Amino acid sequence: MREEFAIGDSSLHRLDPRLKIVAASALSIVVAVSTRFSALGVAVGLALILLAFARLPCGAIARHLVMVNGFVILFWIILPVSVPGTPWMHIGPIPLMREGLELAARLTIKSNAIVLAFIALVSTSSVVSLGGGMNRLRLPDKLVHLLLLTYRYLFVIQEEYERLKRAAVVRGFVPKTNLHTYRTYAFLVAILFIRAAARANRVQQAMLCRGFQGRFYSLQEYAFTPKDWMWAAGLGLAVAIIGIIEWMPGPWS
Amino acid sequence: MVIELEDICFAYPRREPVLKGVSFRLQPREKIGLIGPNGSGKSTLLHIIMGLLQPSSGTVRLFGRQARTEKEFREVRTRIGLLFQNADDQLFSPTVLEDVAFGLLNMGIKPSQAKRDAIKTLEELHLERMADRVTHHLSGGEKKLVALATVLVMKPEILLLDEPTTGLDEATDQRIIEILNGIEAGYVIVSHEYDFLALTTRTVYSFRDGKIINNGDSSLLHSHYHSHPAGIVHHSHAQSLK
Repeated sequence: MREEFAIGDSSLHRLDPRLKIVAASALSIVVAVSTRFSALGVAVGLALILLAFARLPCGAIARHLVMVNGFVILFWIILPVSVPGTPWMHIGPIPLMREGLELAARLTIKSNAIVLAFIALVSTSSVVSLGGGMNRLRLPDKLVHLLLLTYRYLFVIQEEYERLKRAAVVRGFVPKTNLHTYRTYAFLVAILFIRAAARANRVQQAMLCRGFQGRFYSLQEYAFTPKDWMWAAGLGLAVAIIGIIEWMPGPWS
Repeated sequence: MVIELEDICFAYPRREPVLKGVSFRLQPREKIGLIGPNGSGKSTLLHIIMGLLQPSSGTVRLFGRQARTEKEFREVRTRIGLLFQNADDQLFSPTVLEDVAFGLLNMGIKPSQAKRDAIKTLEELHLERMADRVTHHLSGGEKKLVALATVLVMKPEILLLDEPTTGLDEATDQRIIEILNGIEAGYVIVSHEYDFLALTTRTVYSFRDGKIINNGDSSLLHSHYHSHPAGIVHHSHAQSLK
């Protein structure tokens, strides 16, 4: 977790994390269940507008999109030939189904819209303030703790893994395709789990010693500013419009 | 009496008992050291004082009241500060400032006030420049000092320090000695470094075979084992040798 987008001072960076979590969730749900291209188009537009407000480096966003669309390509390969329907065109003897192509197109638009919205809304907050926001939203404490502590100790566990690997390498370990290699990796992973569990125990003790009672408090004070209200209204309206286009009979269908 | 342990016994599952009847008392503002080999149960003793481990027999009294249940320990825990052997266990917040404020927030102090107090403590330890640093990117010495700050910020009446200088360089060692000599609260230091205990404590108890076997003036204990690998470090010799 590198939090590459969390640093910045755009209006989206300064938005209350609670609002961002709620808005991103609402938007993704609406987008996920929508099927009309008109509604999905509006969603992509909204995501792009949000992205513009977030003023993030384009290169990094492009990298994320390439990653997501790597998976999406699989849909374009599989769906047009596997979904039953009416053939739209033929590549050699293979018919490409109209329904399959449409489905692939929908999935592409949906996943990109959701990813862009999450980049603009969620990744512009640090993990810590998101955790604090989730806490304030009364999401289960366990979920919040998992997020925050994973974030903190992922690095330590990775370091521990590197240390163990180095210890093996300095004694002449070279990974090969044989039982000795598999066994070594199995030991390595096992010891990593044991150490992680022991560490979790010690961390919990350290937290108890400083009066931890099952709740994380954040130094950041959450106050809904008039600006937050404006954004909340705007985002709410946008999500509602996507919903209306999707479910109301009208000229868009 | 701040801490009173009576006849404490403790064994980890399927292992030889590590504590076999330890009795121990600490007065307010008393500064004492516990010395003993690895695995002699020094850390275990500190964890029993904090209620992190339950002794198999014996009683723990803290601030004049017996403590047995988690609830009873919880009430007094914030008045005792435990510095863990491994600073990585202690620092779990992403930034230094947040970690220092963690204990205060648990005590119900408002975020704005907690932030001010945390910054003040960092300033007292000359660590204010680290406030916004990410905890896992600090060096070993920096981590230790920040961990000490996270404990001191809660203004504990008593400190328990578990091997506070193990693996640290001389400069950080010196900083910790200065900080400890400058604080009013009493403390118990667990260590196996005579020189460090001689510089920071009055009395040193020796730990062997699960018991506290002798105790004495730390400078006397210091006198029968002496080398000067760190000649520039200020230290005092036992009276009898002068």
